[in-house]
Amino acid sequence: MVWKTHEYDKIAGTYVFDGQRAHGSYALNRLFYSFNEDICRKAFDANPESYCKNFGLDQKQTEMVVKQDFLGILRAGANIYYMAKFCIPRGLSIQDAGAAFQGISSEDFKGKLLKKRIGLEDRLEKEGGYWNG
Amino acid sequence: MAKIIGGVTTSHIPAVGNAISQGLTQEHYWKRFFDGYKPVKAWLKENKPDVIIIVYNDHGLNFFLDKSPTFAIGCADKYHNADEGWGLKPAAPFTGDAEFSWHLAESLIEQEFDLCTCQEMLVDHGFVNPVRVLFDDHEVWPIKTIPLVVNTVQHPLPSAKRCFKLGVALKKAIESYPENLKVVVAGTGGLSHQLQGERAGIIDVDYDLACMESIINDPAWFYSQSNTEIMEKAGTEGIEGIMWLVMRGAMGDQVNCLHKHYHAPISNTGAGVLLLENADDSHS
Repeated sequence: MVWKTHEYDKIAGTYVFDGQRAHGSYALNRLFYSFNEDICRKAFDANPESYCKNFGLDQKQTEMVVKQDFLGILRAGANIYYMAKFCIPRGLSIQDAGAAFQGISSEDFKGKLLKKRIGLEDRLEKEGGYWNG
Repeated sequence: MAKIIGGVTTSHIPAVGNAISQGLTQEHYWKRFFDGYKPVKAWLKENKPDVIIIVYNDHGLNFFLDKSPTFAIGCADKYHNADEGWGLKPAAPFTGDAEFSWHLAESLIEQEFDLCTCQEMLVDHGFVNPVRVLFDDHEVWPIKTIPLVVNTVQHPLPSAKRCFKLGVALKKAIESYPENLKVVVAGTGGLSHQLQGERAGIIDVDYDLACMESIINDPAWFYSQSNTEIMEKAGTEGIEGIMWLVMRGAMGDQVNCLHKHYHAPISNTGAGVLLLENADDSHS
């Protein structure tokens, strides 16, 4: 019994959410999915450790969730869209999580993205046919 | 008979919905993005489609990872939005067209696209934001909607080519419906973005523009790529661009591009808008 390897495993800094990841992190993602319900978000906040235990998380996963160790949670197999259900009610954006993955500040992460705007209109002008305001 | 009068592409980024709700659409960060939709909105007002089929992926509202259909279609007369975990006010319910949906399901399954039929379907931001950005907010939406869900979340995902072929089958399905409906197909999501991992934050403008040109003139360029090749360029979440190919497959071989717009960044994402009509329908 082996997990098959994939071409996409070679993409650096990337955790493609496939069967292997989904299998190992099922309890974790199920816990995050429960946060669609406000009552579950409140129950978690009232006692995170006990909530994690009820969802069958192991000790290591529980510690990562309680400490909000985003890269650890991601490496443990969590899906990013399910992580968003954990981050956003806590006042953290998916960009804050992105910054945490890279070990940089949220300002630096957003700054790098904003640089994509520089010269964009000229680039589109060159391409031709784009609406440019 | 039902007729496809146009194809649209749009991103479905959550922050877009927040910007609308918070009245930020004319702020500097957002203005160029939202203004780029104006010609599409004007075209929709003028051409008054009866139904819009929204091709999107669910992000963990209707489907959890316990059951993850590759393709699923809403077959109901009403679709509700709900809390995705962020505590936002849900959008007003959307009106479906169950008869049309079931016809599409029958035709698609006959054409060997064995999709999951859903008599209840909660629609998330992937569906809601495209409708909001194209039609503005309403308590009673001015158009009927059909959700068509593609799994772009839990691999294995359908290939880009498979998505294009779904679109080709969807065209046949739509055009064999006996009611005189004017239909628009919207491919949503993308373009390049990666939310996860140390590689989070990539936006590849050159690749995004190549994908947009390909959607207009040469969809084979886009759909000949493997999902790994697309993710290498567009990021793991940028794979959503394969849903644009469903729309493109539903259009004819030759299309006229009535509008194209690109903006970056919106949150972590390169955002593209296209409005296509079949070349045969050209009035010019």
